[in-house]
Amino acid sequence: MNAEVGNFAKRQQQKKQQIIELAIAIGLALVFAIVMPALLSAFRLKLLGRFVALSIVALGLDLIWGYTGLLSLGHGIFFALGGYALAMHLKLQLPEGQIPEFFTLYGVTELPWFWTPFYSFPLTIVAIFVIPAIVAGLLGYLVFRNRIKGVYFSILTQAALLVFFNFFNGQQKLINGTNGLKTDTETIFGVLVGSEGAQLAFYEISLLGLLLVYFLCRWLTTGRFGRLLVAIRDDETRVRFTGYDPTGYKVLVFAISGAIAGVAGALYTVQTGIITPSAMEVAFSIEMVIWVAVGGRATLIGAIIGTLLVRLGQTFLSEQFPEVWLFFQGALFLLVVTVLPNGIFGWARDWGIPKLRSLLGLQEQLITYPALEQDPEIQQEREELER
Amino acid sequence: MSNGLGRRKFLLYGSAAFGTSLLLKSCSTPPETGTDTGNGDGATGGENGDTIKVGILHSLSGTMAISETTVVEAEKLAIKEINEAGGVLGKQIEAVVEDGASDWPTFAEKAAKLIVRDQVAVVFGCWTSASRKAVKDVFESKDHMLWYPVQYEGQECSKNIFYTGAAPNQQIEPAVQWLLDNKGTDFFLVGSDYVFPRTANTVIKEQLKAEGGNTVGEDYLPLGSTEVTPIITKIQQALPDGGIIFNTLNGDSNVAFFKQMQGAGLTPDKYPVMSVSIAEEEVRQIGKEFLIGHYASWNYFQTVETPENEKWVQAFKAEYGEDRVTNDPMEAAYIMVYLWKQAVEQAGTTDLEAVRQAAIGQEFQAPEGLVTVNPNHHLSKTVRIGQVRDDGLFDIVWSTDEPVAPQAWNQYVPATKGYACDWSDPSKGERFKVEDV
Amino acid sequence: MLELAVGIFNGFSIGSVLLLAALGLAIVFGLMGVINLAHGELMMLGAYATFVVQNIFQGFGDGALNLYIFVALPVAFIVSAIAGLILERGVIRFLYGRPLETLLATWGISLILRQFVRSVNGVLVLGIVLFCLLFFGGLWFLSKRTDWERIRTAAISALLPLSLAISAVAGVLVSKTGVEVLTKPWFSARNVDVTPPAWLRGGFSVGIYQLPYSRIFIIVLTVLCLLGIYWFLNRSIWGLRIRAVTQNREMSACLGIPTDTVDALTFAIGSGLAGIAGCAITLLGSVGPNTGQNYIVDVFMVVVVGGVGNLFGTVIAALAIGIVTYLIGSGTLALMFSNSDALQPLTDFFTFFAATSMAKVMVFALIIAFLQVKPSGIFPQKGRTAEL
Repeated sequence: MNAEVGNFAKRQQQKKQQIIELAIAIGLALVFAIVMPALLSAFRLKLLGRFVALSIVALGLDLIWGYTGLLSLGHGIFFALGGYALAMHLKLQLPEGQIPEFFTLYGVTELPWFWTPFYSFPLTIVAIFVIPAIVAGLLGYLVFRNRIKGVYFSILTQAALLVFFNFFNGQQKLINGTNGLKTDTETIFGVLVGSEGAQLAFYEISLLGLLLVYFLCRWLTTGRFGRLLVAIRDDETRVRFTGYDPTGYKVLVFAISGAIAGVAGALYTVQTGIITPSAMEVAFSIEMVIWVAVGGRATLIGAIIGTLLVRLGQTFLSEQFPEVWLFFQGALFLLVVTVLPNGIFGWARDWGIPKLRSLLGLQEQLITYPALEQDPEIQQEREELER
Repeated sequence: MSNGLGRRKFLLYGSAAFGTSLLLKSCSTPPETGTDTGNGDGATGGENGDTIKVGILHSLSGTMAISETTVVEAEKLAIKEINEAGGVLGKQIEAVVEDGASDWPTFAEKAAKLIVRDQVAVVFGCWTSASRKAVKDVFESKDHMLWYPVQYEGQECSKNIFYTGAAPNQQIEPAVQWLLDNKGTDFFLVGSDYVFPRTANTVIKEQLKAEGGNTVGEDYLPLGSTEVTPIITKIQQALPDGGIIFNTLNGDSNVAFFKQMQGAGLTPDKYPVMSVSIAEEEVRQIGKEFLIGHYASWNYFQTVETPENEKWVQAFKAEYGEDRVTNDPMEAAYIMVYLWKQAVEQAGTTDLEAVRQAAIGQEFQAPEGLVTVNPNHHLSKTVRIGQVRDDGLFDIVWSTDEPVAPQAWNQYVPATKGYACDWSDPSKGERFKVEDV
Repeated sequence: MLELAVGIFNGFSIGSVLLLAALGLAIVFGLMGVINLAHGELMMLGAYATFVVQNIFQGFGDGALNLYIFVALPVAFIVSAIAGLILERGVIRFLYGRPLETLLATWGISLILRQFVRSVNGVLVLGIVLFCLLFFGGLWFLSKRTDWERIRTAAISALLPLSLAISAVAGVLVSKTGVEVLTKPWFSARNVDVTPPAWLRGGFSVGIYQLPYSRIFIIVLTVLCLLGIYWFLNRSIWGLRIRAVTQNREMSACLGIPTDTVDALTFAIGSGLAGIAGCAITLLGSVGPNTGQNYIVDVFMVVVVGGVGNLFGTVIAALAIGIVTYLIGSGTLALMFSNSDALQPLTDFFTFFAATSMAKVMVFALIIAFLQVKPSGIFPQKGRTAEL
């Protein structure tokens, strides 16, 4: 009976927390959506918009690495696929019968067949996350089916990345190879993509996308599904013994993560004005991982903070000292892994905030898992033990 | 559970698809203001008190830094010389150097920064075609000006770019013709897997078809790859008795290619290699032992015998060290600063439109000989073929008697045959059909 | 027939480079489950060591220059082994049991090493030496105190920034003096030129083909390394210990094997082998800061296909990948099917992949397909099947 009361109270509290979180997130997003465009120059705003798009991919990565324990070094694939899908659509904003200009360079006169679906805008929007999801799902299925995991999985995703890079780089006649697809001079709904108005719209859409993806991840990771993911991360064998088949869940979560990366890629592309195979370079995909690690794994908010911080740092440092940047980046990897394994957010949560509280003379936070401390059943047991 | 999963999946995809499409719909009505960002921004930009600001935009970090830092040095040397001689329009040139970091989106970003924030009068920059294509839009939308110093694959003629490197008909086509005349008719094409080799090889194949040559095979290495054994086997199979290898490889792959060619017994007397991206600097990195006897085609070699060249090589060595060498892209980068200066002085202002008009027809006694800016924004240049000699420099074995006029649109490729470019006549512009072809 | 023999030779020569590079990685991965993304950079260090040795020998005239490779090999081994040892003691040792974190940390190290060879100069080295002296000297001095355990954290957090700051200031001061010997980068960002000795530059003629001596040299070197490793692991006391720790770490520790030392030793040997591989690849390709990156993914594929902790599996995997790469990339497969019309689609298929860049795509597809059959590589480690 006591337990029921406790559960109810717990649920009440959780609900309250969720509402608070929702309010904070929406409030922050609104601040960014309204204040930033007024404060920043168009140039800086574009930069911020790009960071926002990148933090979406970091969220996807956090979902599979932080929660499920799958370290993907190949998220550049899905990122680029999403970007290419949108860029192809934009490239096709042409009068009837014409094909994009770059084809003439290589003597191609007919549109390759796989471009045709991208004439349609709804299909493109679907493709932006369905294609990466399918590719991720397929790759995931082939790998997870055989219980390949851990570093093996990481290495295989990296190899897949290299393969995709080579393929996109080499197929000049299909997708313009190294030069990639440019979007700045194309139009979307009759508006120039590179224009300031469109860019502002993309910035706001990126923010909205970030918010939506954040809540999607939040929703996925709080429920049973989320607990299962964590269980797979912590002890996959035991999950299997409990009667679950982790393969399906891993494939699904990898596909979702791929889809998220695709959306991020599309948003990033229109704000950069170009998508090239260099989005699939090995270094870029590993960089994504470090954003998550800096912010803090398995704390969705950490992924966002990490991305913004690292990218900001990179923009300023690499501009000022291009030489030192690589040293700094390397040191960042080392530091995060050795000194700050839980990232900035994790550090603040576990150490910084309690410290601050005690400095301010506030109540000492409970040391053990709060739910346990507050659980009346446990307190009862304790009392019995003490007796 | 599986049922719940299915529902979840459906919900997820459904809501995401709906949400995103709604979102993008909503962006269909942003205000049209701001589409016209540039124009005017830098129209007379760059002039500020006693200095004129110019932008230098190359990769100072990343994979391309090795090559691009050399042209930055050449550009800085030219600027320094001009400043010592009194500057332009009586003002000193102040260079704003930006790092493109071998990353094409970064190039576009930095180009925008130079134009909008630094308000430079002109930008000198880029090396790879990909980086040039990435910034081309920026320069066109802001109606600004870029000078580009590297030989490239052609098929481009922007109002806002001046190309001071060779067009294909000033490097590749004469080289192929010379090989056909002197070395044989069977060609094997080797290149790195990116845009310049692919496009160059399209041109070469068309040319060989037209001139009675023979393409026996072609192959592409991924950028940075060093395993060339399969290619060498293909060459041996396709050309068992020797033949010509036309090489458009780039960077590291060249080293592996030449080292392993020698090991496999493909010697220059039987398998002469004609390269279009190996200059003096690359010879030193690959090792001259492997290159002696092979050929390269450029407009400029360090061994060109002109008084201007002697002076320039001396100045360069004095500035950057006795052990340094000069090469074609560096020379093109050096002369483009001077050409721009002449254009500005003739126009009497840094106003972009005036400079653009004044630039056409500018002549300059360059280290490579006389160069002239043509109406298609490319230079007339002398074409030379060099053979690597024992000291790692080139023996010039052939050169044109006078500068060759550039063709922006290739005359061997069917899609662009009969087209030309003329920016001195507004009715013609980027691409017009030549009547009498 | 001749084509086939030459084809097999070429396949073997590609495979032997992969194998040489993968050997060290396989040992380290087998023993510690550590994926070392800096392995390629350790190869690069070996290649730069070769460059330095070559330059020194250039001073001794042509006769000596011909022999530099025999000095370069052990030097490359030692340089990379020391670098590996520092790496293991300094970083990786703290990350055992966390393979994914190790992976990230080693990537960080690889970035640092790449930038290091670009910008290393007298000032930088002075700064590092000064820092080590101050920091480790300070630690050593303080560790004499009786209350060392108590002040340890405080001491480290005070010493680290202090010695960093001092050496940074010293570095800036020295570079301000503008002495060129100190400020000039040793290698710069450019690729450096390593020329194989004259006797390795030719080849051995077979019909229209010529088998390069450098390739033969690498094959011989690979075989020697394999034999050496085999002997070391199976006939020496430390080899026995390494094998014991590989099989069961806890039990070995109980029996008095110093697992810490074994880890360090294995890592050093694995890194040393990377150095030898780096020396070998100077015969074939370029030497530059990015040299290692060109090999690393292929080498990982070898280890994944070969299976953990089994050298024989690594050998087979390397040779198989080498031969398949060659057969697809050189178009031999396409040629084989071109004789009969019935197989025309197959010919077209293989011709599409016959470009070197596309061969990589094909090889990867084959590896994924192979892992469907044998998920743990050719020779899986025996253990509880649930853990597979």
